[in-house]
Amino acid sequence: MIPHLRPAFVLLALFTLLLGLAYPLALTGVAGLVFPHQAEGSPVHIGDHLIGSSLIGQAFSKPEHFHPRPSASGYDAMASGGSNLGPLSQKLIDRVKADVTPGVAADAVTTSASGLDPDISPQNALGQVARVAKARSLPEETVRDVVAAQTKPRLWGLIGEPRVNVLALNLALDKPMAN
Amino acid sequence: MSINGWLQIAVTLALVLAVVLPLGRFMAALFTGQRTFLHPILSPVEHGFYRAAGIDPAREQGWAAYAMAMLVFSGAGFASLYAILRLQGVLPFNPAELPGVAPDLAFNTAVSFLTNTNWQAYSGEITMSPFAQMAGLAVHNFLSAATGIALAMAVTRAFARSGEMGLGNFWVDLTRCTLYVLLPLSIVLALAFVALGVPQTLTGSLDATTLEGARQVIPLGPLASQEAIKQLGTNGGGYFNANSAHPFENPSALSNMLAIWAMLAISAALPITFGRMVGSERQGWALLSAMAIVMLGGVALVYWAETSGNPLLTALGVDPALGNMEGKEVRFGQAMSALFVAVTTGLSCGAVDVMHDSLTPLGGLVPLLLIQLGEVLPGGVGSGLYGMVVFCVLAVFVAGLMVGRTPEFLGKKIEAREIRLAVLAVLILPLVILGFTSVAAMLPAALASLNNQGPHGLSELLYAYSSAAGNNGSAFAGLNANTPWFNTTLGIAMMLGRFAYVLPVLAMAGSLAAKTRVAESSGTFPTTSLLFVGLLVGVILILGGLQFFPALALGPIVEHVLMHASATF
Repeated sequence: MIPHLRPAFVLLALFTLLLGLAYPLALTGVAGLVFPHQAEGSPVHIGDHLIGSSLIGQAFSKPEHFHPRPSASGYDAMASGGSNLGPLSQKLIDRVKADVTPGVAADAVTTSASGLDPDISPQNALGQVARVAKARSLPEETVRDVVAAQTKPRLWGLIGEPRVNVLALNLALDKPMAN
Repeated sequence: MSINGWLQIAVTLALVLAVVLPLGRFMAALFTGQRTFLHPILSPVEHGFYRAAGIDPAREQGWAAYAMAMLVFSGAGFASLYAILRLQGVLPFNPAELPGVAPDLAFNTAVSFLTNTNWQAYSGEITMSPFAQMAGLAVHNFLSAATGIALAMAVTRAFARSGEMGLGNFWVDLTRCTLYVLLPLSIVLALAFVALGVPQTLTGSLDATTLEGARQVIPLGPLASQEAIKQLGTNGGGYFNANSAHPFENPSALSNMLAIWAMLAISAALPITFGRMVGSERQGWALLSAMAIVMLGGVALVYWAETSGNPLLTALGVDPALGNMEGKEVRFGQAMSALFVAVTTGLSCGAVDVMHDSLTPLGGLVPLLLIQLGEVLPGGVGSGLYGMVVFCVLAVFVAGLMVGRTPEFLGKKIEAREIRLAVLAVLILPLVILGFTSVAAMLPAALASLNNQGPHGLSELLYAYSSAAGNNGSAFAGLNANTPWFNTTLGIAMMLGRFAYVLPVLAMAGSLAAKTRVAESSGTFPTTSLLFVGLLVGVILILGGLQFFPALALGPIVEHVLMHASATF
């Protein structure tokens, strides 16, 4: 055992410097130069105001906004995670029962894994069009067009799922109002 | 299930297959001491490390010395990581001024990262400073993975060599694996992750005011550098609580595909490395086929179960078209979520991009069973390969019993000593998993941690100990595991799952290396045939099934039956 002590502790120290400091710090430097926007968390600004990150879901509850999925953490980004309720959980059934409308898209009444899902399904968005249009006194057709424009297809028609980023959608709706 | 879904799965697996051969051959060259294209840059670093640490790279170690070096290194790693976690409050890069980690949690976490488990009883965003993440946890993401691969190379040499005592040199295998395999791949992958949106910064957080005027503090950190090795090293310990489901750890469907690819790449290439080093690449493909068959079965079952949805919610009026969406992210979709579930548990990675606790009963059965089958499908980096070799030894033994001949594997006679050691190794998992689960199931202090009742509650306990003993690290995360009971027992389970498993395997390797290779005869059972692959799969399934079926019947299987009887808990 004794002859192994020096290799063990010296290698551990050298690897800690290399892998624990040099590697992440060098990458931080390179990432900041090449991809500064992504490296800093893809922030979204309106003017000088930081309103969030395009990747992180945020809470919306006003009727004129599209609503994100339910979140186990109420979109508290310091408390990511899901409900961890099993499929037979009475708590899950009660929660869904309180939110459900007949034929509602599954993602509209279920919590995401992260609690910070930035997206909703196109079906979920279309199910909210009537409410948003009424609250904004807009024709439903106009709102539906905005949803269609904000719906992201599968990458190369293959990878991922069609989805709508809720923050981008609400920003697109708010923009003409701001003008 | 949809054609598009299966296509996404097929494309991902094809991308893995594309690197299996070059990466497998590269590692074979590296671990047999040949020069590779990276040597001009890295060789000076490698030899500098040897000089500083007083290592003679030409010196061979027998199995006992190899094992002792590994244990001393793991002990040193434990001590340093435990110290970093406890002293976090006074160490640098701590913008949120987080305090030191509590003793039981620090013990659990240090064991967890050291054994390549990455079980996490804490939430990263409110527990770990960037310094603890980088200099503590991420370092062991590399070193525990390199240790696993080193051990696999020692076991490989037992078959590659004839009549020798030496299994290689642990320090050399560890250093080469880290410098030539893990670090270069991590650098490339980390940059790709940043491009796709994974943050890499020393800034602590974004302080935003949302569109509706609420305050949202969004934690940041050096994520990409950690995310890369977390996937490549089949570690699975997330920077944040939500792990690979977190939009910063896994921002898009493409990053998800890349994350799955990275988990699989090295583990799928190692059988080829094994085959090449023992002089039969076909043997490597045979092992890989057996791994792929079981894993694909698992993917299909999860995909089917999750797209079938939850009938209890459908009865309330929820549209079943999207399947079971509780605990899932919209951007990944059911197909790639199912692939991630099966791969992360077949692999002993343990990263999650869905919450396994919220999977349907059969969707949750698959990850549980894949862990219990021994984490060999294809298993964690290194540990999967040496686990698979143990099953090969048992498979040829079973075949030998059937025809009444002394079994051989790759020209080595498998005799009583080897079988005893192999059985000793495979008995560790059921002993630890079933033992601890049954005690916890009767302990009020443990039951108070459950998030779900009924059969799902038992599944939460069973999953925790399976994950710990299998060195997986994923969880039915509703279980509140940050209690002294769970931190301690799960820590012990992780240690036994790694070290009590690998010591008999190394002893077996030592005994095999010393034997001379006998030439194949007409009576030799060919171990590259389809028949052998079938036998191997059979041995894995029957052994795992016999050990764990009763427990699974009381958990996910009865839950599935109850779901269709509309029972709730």
